[in-house]
Amino acid sequence: MVGVTIPQMDAPSAPQSRSGLDEESQAWLDALRSDGNEREEATARLYELLLRASRFEVSRRKGAMPHLRGDDFDDLAHQAASDALMAILDKLDDFRGDSRFTTWAYKFALLEAAVKLRRRAWQGRELPVEPERWSRMADLGSSPSAGTEQRELLEQLQESIQAELSPHQREVLLAVAVNGVPIDVMAERLNSTRGALYKTVHDARKKLRAGLERAGFELEGREEVGTK
Amino acid sequence: MSKDKQRSELLGRLLGPGGPELTCEQCFEELDRYVEFEVAGADAERQIPGMRAHLHGCSACAEDYESLKDLVTSTARRPKPPR
Repeated sequence: MVGVTIPQMDAPSAPQSRSGLDEESQAWLDALRSDGNEREEATARLYELLLRASRFEVSRRKGAMPHLRGDDFDDLAHQAASDALMAILDKLDDFRGDSRFTTWAYKFALLEAAVKLRRRAWQGRELPVEPERWSRMADLGSSPSAGTEQRELLEQLQESIQAELSPHQREVLLAVAVNGVPIDVMAERLNSTRGALYKTVHDARKKLRAGLERAGFELEGREEVGTK
Repeated sequence: MSKDKQRSELLGRLLGPGGPELTCEQCFEELDRYVEFEVAGADAERQIPGMRAHLHGCSACAEDYESLKDLVTSTARRPKPPR
């Protein structure tokens, strides 16, 4: 790969091209849509940009993965950059210019790197089985320090999870919300996607909130769980 | 972390944000624009309603958001709000 300087965001007065894109973003698009050497050079520059973003993500997370070596992390960063490059070239026509091209491109590399790192961290690990899923909730609910209201709420939640959620909703919600399994890991194990599983979580939460409200609990916002 | 804090966080994860929120796909679609609004000091939530709630509810998307914001901030000079 050729050495490049990663473009930086322009000052507020950056001129706009005729298409409404800032000049830098338009230059990226023109180069990536050109032919021959210009396209090859732009692709190489984009790869370096994505590799830098992937390494940025790796550097944030590698402390939590002491079993991996430096080479493993760099291989993973290259894989993420390569997959992001393919995704971007495939979706180039989707770029609307709502942000700078580099910001738009970064998110693909960060996503690819983060998903790979989450999955690598769980490689070879079994997902929690049913008793493990409940033990954390039961432990927190029965703790002597739990106030009456929170204890009642947790008891009601456990009942609602058993009675109102489908087996799939229960499996996904408990794994993700209680046992801390990354949703991308669940998606890989269940041959699904992050979006599909989050929809499952969302629907499960909606059922639980409705059940709690029927039982007389007042729920406000995310964590401000009120009293009966 | 205290048991109270753990309980509060557990309840938050189980019950989620409650209000209207974007999907993961919509979140990814809007993430770059949202981050640029924030980095520029604009009211990102007003521009993209439902994003903040989703980031509260989805820890994976929230981590992706934090990473993009930090990366953009570290490479930015003086960003301007996106269109």
